[in-house]
Amino acid sequence: MLNTLSRMIRTGILTETIPPPKAASAQVEGLQMDLRKILGRALCIRHVDAGSCNGCELEIQALNNPYYNLEGIGIKFVASPRHADLLLVTGPVSANMEEALKRTLDAVPNPKLVVAVGDCGACGGVFGSNYASRGSVANVIPVHRTVTGCPPSPAAILEAIRSVFVEY
Amino acid sequence: MNMTVDFSGLAGQELLSNLLCTYTKVGALRWHQDAEALRAAGGRLLTLWGADDRDRDGRFRIYAAYLFRDSVAVFEHPMEQGANPTYPSLAEIFPCALHMERSVHDLFGITSMEPDHRGWLRHGGWPRTVFPLRRDFDGSQQFPIDSQPYPFVQVEGDGVHEIAVGPVHAGTIEPGHFRFSVVGEKVLRLEERLGYTHKGVSKRFEEMSQMEGHRLAARLSGDSAVAFSWAYCAALEAIAQTPCPLRAASLRALALEHERLANHLGDLGALGNDAGFAFGLTQFSRMKEDLVRVNASAFGARYLFDFVVPGGVSVDLPENAPRSLLDHYLALEEGVSSLRAIYDNHAGIQDRFRDAGVLKQELAEKLGAIGLVGRASGVSMDLRVDHPYPPYDRLEPNLVTQSRGDVAARVQVRFDEISESVRLCRLLLEESASGPIRADCPFAPPGRLGLGLIEGWRGPVVVALESGPDGTIRRCHAHDPSWQNWPLLEYVIPGNIVADFPLINKSFNLSYSGHDG
Repeated sequence: MLNTLSRMIRTGILTETIPPPKAASAQVEGLQMDLRKILGRALCIRHVDAGSCNGCELEIQALNNPYYNLEGIGIKFVASPRHADLLLVTGPVSANMEEALKRTLDAVPNPKLVVAVGDCGACGGVFGSNYASRGSVANVIPVHRTVTGCPPSPAAILEAIRSVFVEY
Repeated sequence: MNMTVDFSGLAGQELLSNLLCTYTKVGALRWHQDAEALRAAGGRLLTLWGADDRDRDGRFRIYAAYLFRDSVAVFEHPMEQGANPTYPSLAEIFPCALHMERSVHDLFGITSMEPDHRGWLRHGGWPRTVFPLRRDFDGSQQFPIDSQPYPFVQVEGDGVHEIAVGPVHAGTIEPGHFRFSVVGEKVLRLEERLGYTHKGVSKRFEEMSQMEGHRLAARLSGDSAVAFSWAYCAALEAIAQTPCPLRAASLRALALEHERLANHLGDLGALGNDAGFAFGLTQFSRMKEDLVRVNASAFGARYLFDFVVPGGVSVDLPENAPRSLLDHYLALEEGVSSLRAIYDNHAGIQDRFRDAGVLKQELAEKLGAIGLVGRASGVSMDLRVDHPYPPYDRLEPNLVTQSRGDVAARVQVRFDEISESVRLCRLLLEESASGPIRADCPFAPPGRLGLGLIEGWRGPVVVALESGPDGTIRRCHAHDPSWQNWPLLEYVIPGNIVADFPLINKSFNLSYSGHDG
């Protein structure tokens, strides 16, 4: 226990208040204010992997590490689409996930937003569309914002989340 | 050079590969008989793939690669001519072959003599009569979804009920379906259904040039990008007969070890979290972020998707990188050792880790466990140790194993492999061969088959590459070790409580995308 406490104290609070990475923290503060103003509460996100290679997932998971500390500013990844305001969809949509993705979107209460993450979600990426892949997320469900990159950095994903709900 | 390796009288000629690899052509009878002999000689089934060569000689072919302590043996079985030929199943001898054979059927329409004919990769995304990897199938065709219920094996009895989980999971993870049959809290049976992320990777390879294929290989499983792109390039360099320069091999290994470190750090954090110890997740995810930021400054990217390229690597380290990498390793070691002590001495965590999800060595050997999961159950096998391809031949990597086969053992293997990887990284920086980072890799002549094998963080990844005319890819089969290890989970889970499934599953941390292709 003492070791654990001592490690916590020695680690301190790492959440970034000044860059680096460039502008990430400015985004974070702006985002927090926007959240309060517009939603008046936390933003709940449900992630759906619709056929991704698992690369984008690594960067989405990174958003929860102490540097980005997403929960600290009121953004939460939730376990059920029924609790979500926003779907974060990765991957080219595989034919085998098409139905599951549509059903997940149906389960999200209105109003709902969709952000397609990564080159694959934006345009099909290196996989393109074929007998097993429908290509971009927009080919299957309505998308409000895309964030390109392979994989996009956590800061880029954060910026897309901020801009999409400020705009809509 | 023609050399012969003898496995109980089975002769083969050399196959182009980064490891010592032999090649044997057999008929249907020997396909099965030899598999039995290979098993008796200690061989493991590494991968199985099909090919449509009807345009050449009217035949389909089925290939199997077996791994031995000192070599790899590839068997080719040209099948009888005909529209829907069959071949003897290997699943009785190597149980992990079952899912592979079902997939070969879904993609080629060639059938093993195995009674389980449920679609594995085909969920209704294309009709039953369509076989996407046949050469006369146009890959750009799309079909409306026709999803049929999947007949899971039912468990009946007083108080037995089913829990269906997935494909969309609660968390930022990949999609798959788990069907539990439970009594109270206890799991009686688990059946997996995978294939949700099947993206037609093999068909896509055939539209690409040999000089582009590494980009797709890297994205078969994004957490193993270096391993797969290296395996692809190793296969290509073998058939193009262009070895990669020494310095490039060192840099590839450095990137591969960083990939191993990043994944192990991430897993150790997630395992702590799944055992109710959020502190572990916070600490390890911070260390993982530190590492990928170091990647960004040393290799130019947080995740190294396009670092390994045909002939070498895409960028050299900046001048000051070795210094900052060495500093980073010191901090990493200090952090990991203090967290290891905390994990080891935390009664609550150890209570969850110990005796959860036990895979006994005997079962692991029987079912063909490989990679990290195998090593945690006493299966001592690591390509870097057994078949040290450059630069590992100069590094003498140490094998890490545990014998208990429970979650705790898989945690210990990760901790030990972190220490070993850091040691290897230091050696790589110290020896740092000078010279070019990339050789000019020409197109491989048509009709050559090569095999690339690399020990990724999960285990051995395999790429079998056959060249077509004018720098095209005729066939490319990429195999993730998750194929072998997914079925093990079905054996390990029964008897555990439902609430331990996420923890046990995380301790395996298998790939969905790498498996589904």
